[in-house]
Amino acid sequence: MTPTPRKPRLAVWKFASCDGCQLSLLDCEDELLDIAAAIDIAYFPEAARGVIRGRYDLSLVEGSVTTAHDAERIRDIRARSRVLVTIGACATAGGIQALRNFADVRDYAAAVYPDPAHIDTLATSTPIADHVPVDFELRGCPVSKRQLVETIAAHLAGRRPVVPAHSVCIECKLRGLTCVMVARGTPCLGPVTQAGCGAICPAHDRGCYGCFGPMETPNAAALAERARELGLGQDELRRAFRSFNAAAPAFREESERHDDQNDQG
Amino acid sequence: MTTRTIKVDYLARVEGEGAFKVVVRDGAVRSAELKIFEPPRFFESFLRGRAAIEAPDLTARICGICPVAYQMSAVHAIEDAFGITVDGPIRALRRLIYCGEWIESHALHVYMLHAPDFLGYDGAIDMARDHAEAVRRGLMLKKAGNAIVALIGGREIHPVNIRVGGFYRVPRRRELDPLAEELKRARDLALETVRWVAGFDFPDSERDYAFVALRHPHEYPFNEGRIVSNRGLDIPVSDFDRHFREMQVARSTALHSRMADGSSYLVGPLARYALNFDRLSPPAQEAARESGLGPVCSNPYRGIIVRAVEILHACDEALRIIADYAEPDRPHVAVEPRPGIGHGATEAPRGLLFHRYEIDGDGLITAARIVPPTAQNQASIEEDLAGHVGGFLDLPKTELQHKCEQTIRNYDPCISCATHFLKLRIDRE
Ligand code: SF4
Ligand code: SF4
Repeated sequence: MTPTPRKPRLAVWKFASCDGCQLSLLDCEDELLDIAAAIDIAYFPEAARGVIRGRYDLSLVEGSVTTAHDAERIRDIRARSRVLVTIGACATAGGIQALRNFADVRDYAAAVYPDPAHIDTLATSTPIADHVPVDFELRGCPVSKRQLVETIAAHLAGRRPVVPAHSVCIECKLRGLTCVMVARGTPCLGPVTQAGCGAICPAHDRGCYGCFGPMETPNAAALAERARELGLGQDELRRAFRSFNAAAPAFREESERHDDQNDQG
Repeated sequence: MTTRTIKVDYLARVEGEGAFKVVVRDGAVRSAELKIFEPPRFFESFLRGRAAIEAPDLTARICGICPVAYQMSAVHAIEDAFGITVDGPIRALRRLIYCGEWIESHALHVYMLHAPDFLGYDGAIDMARDHAEAVRRGLMLKKAGNAIVALIGGREIHPVNIRVGGFYRVPRRRELDPLAEELKRARDLALETVRWVAGFDFPDSERDYAFVALRHPHEYPFNEGRIVSNRGLDIPVSDFDRHFREMQVARSTALHSRMADGSSYLVGPLARYALNFDRLSPPAQEAARESGLGPVCSNPYRGIIVRAVEILHACDEALRIIADYAEPDRPHVAVEPRPGIGHGATEAPRGLLFHRYEIDGDGLITAARIVPPTAQNQASIEEDLAGHVGGFLDLPKTELQHKCEQTIRNYDPCISCATHFLKLRIDRE
């Protein structure tokens, strides 16, 4: 009998997040048991009590860093992971909780907590890659299930995941959808947003709101100009770029151009 | 004097990050605390200054397990402020997508988070080695629930199609037909689920709960109704703040939601069921009876059966809505923002979820308050923990820990939800 090789070990980690991206893995109802057969799920507290300590072949990290303790924890996880993949807008861009980066976190804490002094939080919410080297980033709020399965499969096979870098616009064209901006004058972030969702917002007669974050080299300023012609005001433009990927540099810069003191329009 | 502390630093199979600590002194339980150590994400703070119509997409991100519940409570609260009512097929579609979320979320809890406790496994994947058929059934049910959410909402997690006033796009009649086929199969699986979980071993553990849930004149509650209790409460949603408040408990660092008189209460499947048994679909009532449940269930362990019954009800209700569906002329009613205060409460899978917004003349939110189910149940969970542990003190430590964990998992706590609102101090001693 030949000894069976050790199955690769997967760990799933949570930082500040809504749990939606890790839930995407459990939402792969058709693939879940096959994935579980091919790997050892060594750490996934949302799904199982058992914990295998030590080193992991693949760590999936959900969530952003918002406490000093978490900034330490991610270093330890990195040191124990052969491959570290961040999943979702929280982990890759700081998530919606990065709206604090544009405000004073003490005001934020005081608005929610009667005793804010005891709230352990950093002034900013930052992506994992600001703290440790990351091998691959999967975008989306939440990530696409299909891309998640592809990413796991690719890492098990030792190849690079096939995840397109083009915009949501291209996905619309591939699906044969009518452009909501041209046909209906609905403002849409599709031209500057990374593909992956399948252009589901335009497919539901709504403009993309950028939940997959900026694509590579987006021309956000040109899109903002077009949206202004369609009737969006300064505040609306700022809010449009300041949501689930507010701290991603291209969206942050564009939203800041529409801050009161900077607006040119 | 001997003091023992039973602690688990990271609760598994709950949504989010939590821990618990029970202190036993001289053979008596001195304190039981469910600790929430997720860092806050400050939703109520950053909502200020955002457009009210953004609230459904923003608050969805509080919880990836029940985003539809957040979207629904948000749209109802904002429509209340704007003076809008939504009825007919749009209202029915809202109930339909909510059915999907209940099926998905309950199937996740029943099969993947809770059943392993009864059958002695670490998790569902582990359990699948010996109970492959059951786990597959659970996954198929979960998938059917997700199929509804994805079809109506665009995707399973953080659906994109829900807006103030209705939807961006409504489905064609024929788009719903394949869904009906899948749901007919799911219905059978749900019935099997009720029978399967009814066969588990349940400890005798009755508690005299104050149950709180919505009640509607004709329907098992999803989106609308009055807030009622088994202690005589019967109020409109807008009176929530007058009857429930958050209180600091001595020696605890967390504030819990309590009734105005300081007593604890319970929201979620047990409460909904006890207060609305007569509104369940007849087959769901029948399945409940057959499994030995009366019209009231006060044993938190049997909550798993109640969830299974609710899955069956949600399948029946979804099928009924699909059968009656006629495409509306417009996907949403007209929305004219106006200043005001709006309240909304809907039944998330884990129980009553309350939202309140103050909105200014520009349609921007000036104040937001969100009270999720787990914050409301925290006091009950801790009382249960304290009450329970007393009976198990002779067990070895790991077993005792497991018993405590199980007590907490009975409630399907969603710590991701709770954390952003629980007023807590993180004690790192
Ligand atoms: S990226 Fe979005 S879906 Fe994923 S964990 Fe963060 S808030 Fe949730
Ligand atoms: S269209 Fe845009 S906002 Fe909508 S899901 Fe896709 S990336 Fe997210």
